[in-house]
Amino acid sequence: MEEKIYGYWLPIDISTHGHVIDWLINWLHVFMIALFVGWGVFFVYCLVKFRKGSNPHATYDPVKGKVSKYVEIGVVIVEALLLVGLSMPLWAQFKNDFPDPANAQVVRVVAEQFAWNVHYGGKDGVFGRTAPQFVTSDNLLGLDPDDDAGKDDFNAINTLHMVVDKPIIVHLSAKDVIHSFKVPVLRLTQDVIPGQEIKVWFEATKTGTFDIACAQLCGLGHYRMRGQLVVESEEAFKTWFDEQASEIETGEDDFF
Amino acid sequence: MAEHSHNDSHGHHELGFWRKYLFSIDHKVIGIQYTLTALLFLLLGFSLMMMMRWQLAYPGQPMPWIGKLFGNTNMPEGIMVPEFYNQLGAMHGTIMVFLGVVPLAVGGFGNYILPLQIGAPDMAFPKLNMASYWVFACGGVVMLISFFVPGGAAQSGWTSYPPLANLATMGQTIWLIGMVFLITSSLLGSVNFIVTTVQMRVEGLSFFRLPFFVWTQFVTAFLLLLAFPPLEAAGVLQLMDRIAGTSFFLPSGLVVTGQLLEVAGGGNPLLWQHLFWFLAHPEVYVLILPALGIVAEVIANNTRRPLWGYRTMVYSVIFLGFMSFIVWAHHMFMTGMGTTISTFFQTTTMIISVPSVIILTALALSLHGASIRFTVPMLFALAFIPMFAIGGLTGLPLGLTASDLHLHDTYYVIGHFHYVVAPGTIFALFAGIYYWFPKITGRHMNTVLGKLHFWFSLIFMNGIFMPMFFVGMAGVSRRLYDQTQYAYGAQVQGLTAMGSWSAWMLGLAQIFFIVNFILSIRGGKKVESDNPWDATTLEWATPTPPPHGNFPETPVVYRDPYEYSVPGSDKDFLPQHVPDSGNSTSEPASADD
Amino acid sequence: MSAEEIPYTVEPHPVTGVYNGKLGLWLFLASEVMLFGALFSTLVLLRVGAADWPHGWELLNVPLATLNTFVLIGSSVTMVMAWASLKLDDFGKFKLYMGVTVLLSFVFLVVKYFEYTHKFHLGISPATNNFYATYFTMTGLHGLHIIGGIVVNLYLLFPGNALWKTAPEQFTNRVECAGLYWHFVDLVWIFLFPILYLL
Repeated sequence: MEEKIYGYWLPIDISTHGHVIDWLINWLHVFMIALFVGWGVFFVYCLVKFRKGSNPHATYDPVKGKVSKYVEIGVVIVEALLLVGLSMPLWAQFKNDFPDPANAQVVRVVAEQFAWNVHYGGKDGVFGRTAPQFVTSDNLLGLDPDDDAGKDDFNAINTLHMVVDKPIIVHLSAKDVIHSFKVPVLRLTQDVIPGQEIKVWFEATKTGTFDIACAQLCGLGHYRMRGQLVVESEEAFKTWFDEQASEIETGEDDFF
Repeated sequence: MAEHSHNDSHGHHELGFWRKYLFSIDHKVIGIQYTLTALLFLLLGFSLMMMMRWQLAYPGQPMPWIGKLFGNTNMPEGIMVPEFYNQLGAMHGTIMVFLGVVPLAVGGFGNYILPLQIGAPDMAFPKLNMASYWVFACGGVVMLISFFVPGGAAQSGWTSYPPLANLATMGQTIWLIGMVFLITSSLLGSVNFIVTTVQMRVEGLSFFRLPFFVWTQFVTAFLLLLAFPPLEAAGVLQLMDRIAGTSFFLPSGLVVTGQLLEVAGGGNPLLWQHLFWFLAHPEVYVLILPALGIVAEVIANNTRRPLWGYRTMVYSVIFLGFMSFIVWAHHMFMTGMGTTISTFFQTTTMIISVPSVIILTALALSLHGASIRFTVPMLFALAFIPMFAIGGLTGLPLGLTASDLHLHDTYYVIGHFHYVVAPGTIFALFAGIYYWFPKITGRHMNTVLGKLHFWFSLIFMNGIFMPMFFVGMAGVSRRLYDQTQYAYGAQVQGLTAMGSWSAWMLGLAQIFFIVNFILSIRGGKKVESDNPWDATTLEWATPTPPPHGNFPETPVVYRDPYEYSVPGSDKDFLPQHVPDSGNSTSEPASADD
Repeated sequence: MSAEEIPYTVEPHPVTGVYNGKLGLWLFLASEVMLFGALFSTLVLLRVGAADWPHGWELLNVPLATLNTFVLIGSSVTMVMAWASLKLDDFGKFKLYMGVTVLLSFVFLVVKYFEYTHKFHLGISPATNNFYATYFTMTGLHGLHIIGGIVVNLYLLFPGNALWKTAPEQFTNRVECAGLYWHFVDLVWIFLFPILYLL
């Protein structure tokens, strides 16, 4: 069954928090269109009724009436309600209500020109220490060879696999310039800034493969900094994970 | 030079060609210099975009006819390379904002019209005015040179975010130097505008009798004066990073193309963003306020009635100017901002929408009870209203962090700000050109060509920018050399192609304007009077074109700026400078209102 | 266009109480406050965000900078005296005081030259770390402003003083405006000195 993911308006929403955002976007546009149509009707009415041919003598006194004042007050109230009632709570949830790492998937994403290094902590679930001086073309993550915890880590470059219906924490960092981690179907954008590690969390509600894009100009390859978000069942993820982990063990893949 | 006393006849000796046309200190000549230079830059900036639109519509295809002209570095076999695309993008933004719109709106219209509308013989500092033009022109030359250096022009967006901009090729350094010139020019100009407006209004012209155009230029001058210096500081810091090896914006531990960067580190990329947006947000109000001023003038004149809520509009524009300094970080919502700071900036952003709505509503309400003349300037001024409304309304989803999570750095943003600046400000600037052309040249522009210019421009402006909201809603990021790399981008590629065709058609439509403008200077229908639009403000009280010193007799102001259709009057307009025949309500107010 | 055509070039505006140049200069100084304010904010942001940041008195020459502070304050005093001399119609004293002002400005620059070259000889430059980056950039930009002031003051002292014979009041106003600018440059140093050297 091929479900349509992307269309001419919002893509499908596969996140647990996206429905609030979609509600806000859609109702905000209804509000915007209502205002535009309202003003527009008045505008066109005036152009027709008060054109010189119909009304050769203009009225000096200003039009009276409270409608415009009430509309303005109404606009302010709606904006305030959307801000306080929707945007602020959602932002607080997004920024503060992180799931407990013990119950969540945890992944590091290290952006560079022009790829997403997706760092998994391997079988031990612990991330090996990384530092810039260890970066080589075989070790894009910069894993410290002396840190045992990092021996089983792997870099699923440009692919972020995760389990459906389970929260994930993503630690974002960048090696060179500012990038931005954007996943339209998750309604997620987070700037990735060198010198900082910024974390985001989300939970996907549908399986499938979806686009990750870079949303901050990062150089000539900005347009092709594409990643894949693979949301799958627990078993499928375990199969994939074990495969990656074993390749590291056997030395088949020593590319980080 | 010996002092000579002045009366009506000028004791000046005839100025040579250089002093009269090139290095003039007359605000009118300087205004024309700014206007012509800015129009050329607008054309150039637009042409850069028309090239980009080929790549956007037909990614990776060779550009027909002209593709091979750009050399093997930029367009081998006529196919644009991504670096060149990024150069076109960064310079399109830079040229349009700093070399096109602002010099035209402020340097062109402000310089020419403001002294006239306050009854002054010139700006307070005429030599400083000349300096400001030439510093601007030098800045423009510097920016143009940047295309021809190794590595090409700046290519990190007009926003020049480090570390990318720090690491970029030589063109970025030249961009920074160009910006120093442009910022200096702007500072010199803004001091002139403020002092002139405060000190040189004629008798009877109190602040609340000023034409709204003057108010908008006045507030704009304060924005330029106070907001530009932090960007100048940031520019100096980025120059230091690039030339002197400092690390103001470079954190430690950067690895660029596999190499550890040998810098001290300890810097912060977000420092640049704060300094940049501290200017760049007020800058967008610099882009819109003069336009609001022009639209107000044209609407008052062509409705034959006073502007609705003049005082409200003035208070709104002052409040808008003040608020514009405290919203800047809404451009930075996605940088890892927490709840406290984002709440502050969302709140100020919601608040700043209020004065804009008030001004726009006042302009619309001015139409009620009017007697509307659909002249060409009025067509542009009228279209401005719904176009600016679309631009302003689409700012709302961007100003709330929750919706911005999806829309940040997508085409939705591009659609939003272009609606405000393109069918918004640029339409207002066209209105101003068609409106004041007769005063400046003594001839009318052709009406038929003007209407063709208007209708085609209106249609194609919408054709370019309306699809962008949908492209952005679908998730397509900004500044993408090829959006079809993404499934959602490929899905809406048709809309992008449609935008490109609209852009090229919009370019063709400007031919009506260019031909009209050039031919009308010498061949347009001569004006039948010094005040062909029957307007009330002081610039129409001069000979046509205004001579050196502007007013043969210094005018005195007796009334408000838009006294059209005053009951009991035999004409449908009462100019500000004409004394009343016995009506006790109009007197010269004291100059300190 | 002569001064007489532009109103309030010399005589003050009845409402604002200032002549055009003075208002213009205050506005320019407002923009300069924003410029240096941005740099001070930069310093604060970098310093607060840094793991460690040296104390100014550990690395910089406090005695020399203290001397420079008095030099600059002195030059502000002589600048005022220069203007006051013109107000009292004493052109000779004006030349003396303006000359001393320029001289003191050069002393300031010479001291700075020694400070800078001492660091360069030790292999220290703006690129060494952000403490030095901010130190050199802020004092450097301040130094450029000093040079600008010297240029203006030299102009008023030598070729520009011809205006004294033809329009003494206008010339006095020019000196006043230059003095306002000079006091501002002095004031920036009064902030720079403790923040860079003493904290």
